[in-house]
Amino acid sequence: MTTITPTSERSSFVWLFFDTLAVTKRHILKITRVPESLFFSLIQPVMFVLLFAFVFGGAINVGPGGAQSYREYLIPGIFAQTVMFATAGITVAISYDAQLGIMDRFRSLPMSPGAVLGGHTLANLVQNILVLVVLSITGFAVGWRIHGSIADAATAYVLMGLFAYAVTWIGAWVGLKMPNPEVASTAGLAWLFPLTFASNIFTPVSTMPGWLQPIALWNPVSCIALSARKLFGNPTPGLGSTFPETHTVLLTFIYAVAIIAIFAPLAVRAFKQNSSGGKA
Amino acid sequence: MTKAIVASGLTKHFGDVKALNGIDLEVEQGTVVGLLGPNGSGKTTTVRILSTLLKADSGSATVGGIDVASHPDDVRKVIGLTGQYAAVDNYLTGRENLELFGRLFHLSKSEAKVRAAELLERFDLEDAADRGIKGYSGGMRRRLDLAASLIGNPSVLFLDEPTTGLDPRSRQGMWDVIEGLVAEGTTVLLTTQYLEEADQLASRIVVLDHGSVIAQGTSDELKNQVGGDRIELIVTHSEDLARAEETLKPLASGATVVEEAIRKVLAPVSGGSRAIVDAVRRLDEANIDIADIALRRPTLDDVFLSLTGHVAEDAEVGPKKPGRRGGRGGKK
Ligand SMILES: Nc1ncnc2c1ncn2[C@@H]1O[C@H](COP(=O)(O)OP(=O)(O)OP(=O)(O)O)[C@@H](O)[C@H]1O
Ligand SMILES: [Mg+2]
Repeated sequence: MTTITPTSERSSFVWLFFDTLAVTKRHILKITRVPESLFFSLIQPVMFVLLFAFVFGGAINVGPGGAQSYREYLIPGIFAQTVMFATAGITVAISYDAQLGIMDRFRSLPMSPGAVLGGHTLANLVQNILVLVVLSITGFAVGWRIHGSIADAATAYVLMGLFAYAVTWIGAWVGLKMPNPEVASTAGLAWLFPLTFASNIFTPVSTMPGWLQPIALWNPVSCIALSARKLFGNPTPGLGSTFPETHTVLLTFIYAVAIIAIFAPLAVRAFKQNSSGGKA
Repeated sequence: MTKAIVASGLTKHFGDVKALNGIDLEVEQGTVVGLLGPNGSGKTTTVRILSTLLKADSGSATVGGIDVASHPDDVRKVIGLTGQYAAVDNYLTGRENLELFGRLFHLSKSEAKVRAAELLERFDLEDAADRGIKGYSGGMRRRLDLAASLIGNPSVLFLDEPTTGLDPRSRQGMWDVIEGLVAEGTTVLLTTQYLEEADQLASRIVVLDHGSVIAQGTSDELKNQVGGDRIELIVTHSEDLARAEETLKPLASGATVVEEAIRKVLAPVSGGSRAIVDAVRRLDEANIDIADIALRRPTLDDVFLSLTGHVAEDAEVGPKKPGRRGGRGGKK
């Protein structure tokens, strides 16, 4: 009945792959069972686009185009903000899993320990891709355009996907470190706010107070937004000549890889050690 | 006989709380051992260490002959675990849950399907198989949870309070299933707060309190440890109580107890039914009206109370121990 392949270095990688797929399937099924959750994760960024494009659009001046050029500036920022805030969802979802005891079941199975989080993060990526598609359409409707080459645009989307995937590992790690879903839902947002808003997503760095400017410039969230603006050919007002401004795409890529390299092992370790035991 | 589970000197603390104080445990292959104890006594912690979810601070344990600390992956291939809290995905159907766990047990796709169908049938969940388990009753969810832990045909099964929160009929159903598994040769370590459950299912019982084993043996051995039979007499008139006690004293093998409020005299005796015949004759000669008299064997409840009650007295001086609240945690 129980056919077990002996664990060798190679087969454990193969199992990581298959187990991750199995867990991903679980989460995708879940999305289809509760379409409301997908709906609201889509509607929120769309509302942000409309709100900022029409309410604040006139007040923030980023170039000669007035409100129109602010919208072009804004959309890549909203992309960045959206993928950042999507991580709060995974933080809560993982904390719920732990509370319900299903984590214990996973940990008592001879499955690959990385697969539970691998599946969670991969399913989150699928959802993020959907959100990016819907956002792109909304952006197009309010006047955002891609002015660069198709290759550059494709690079922008791949980079956003990679970045989105990377930060979900931070969300996963935070979720495993929190004692229950209530705490996780606040903690999952707590680190996002400063990181997301001390960035160029809504206003150019050059308009910020001097002490904040270097922080905002090196902030990974600014980097992904600026990368997208450059690759899509959208406005980049007040662009200086510091390293994050001249090597933005490279730096963003390094950030994404570094985040995965640090937080994926941290999260998997937290998963192995997590001992909340399904206690509320 | 070989030992399916051996634990020696397991200790574990969480912050300041000493959850386990050196647990020794042995379970013969193919038998059921019941782990009995009040809230917070360390039952779940013991199960979690043996099922590789938690590392002990010190001590060692093997399951199926495999060391849980050094080879957790190999242990996971031979065990099944049903935790205290339901461990299934609420948004999936029963079948999807079982197939998922089957895949993660590394069964092939078709094997996982077949195994899931087998288990759904066995646990009487076929009708509900393709419904989301959000709509399952507590009993159905428990059965699915148990089914999930059997996905890999485990030789050693850990059941943490498998029937807590179930109505008597569902509980009986669960017991039947567990008895069936044992008949097929599965070794079971079961935790429970129901003495009746331990009495019914377990061939040996280990009583925990404050993270230590305070007694163990068969249910009969434990009962004998508390004392043998006793006569319980209720007199009709409370003024007869003192005379009744005097009358029974010569028969008693230990100290007699009078509970005035319910006009009851308790007398530990040896000699079984002869003792009660003797008692009735003497009471009759003394002209004492008997409302009720019975020879009672101690129940596991008596064992439990006498063992843990003793410990509780000691603890009364200090602050109340955490985890000794009266009620159960959440309804799950
Ligand atoms: N993850 C944890 N963090 C902190 N303390 C814990 C943890 N798990 C258990 N404890 C503590 O360890 C002690 C033993 O707990 P355990 O869950 O093993 O008891 P139990 O016998 O299963 O109780 P119950 O009948 O309530 O399920 C308790 O005092 C409990 O509060
Ligand atoms: Mg418990």
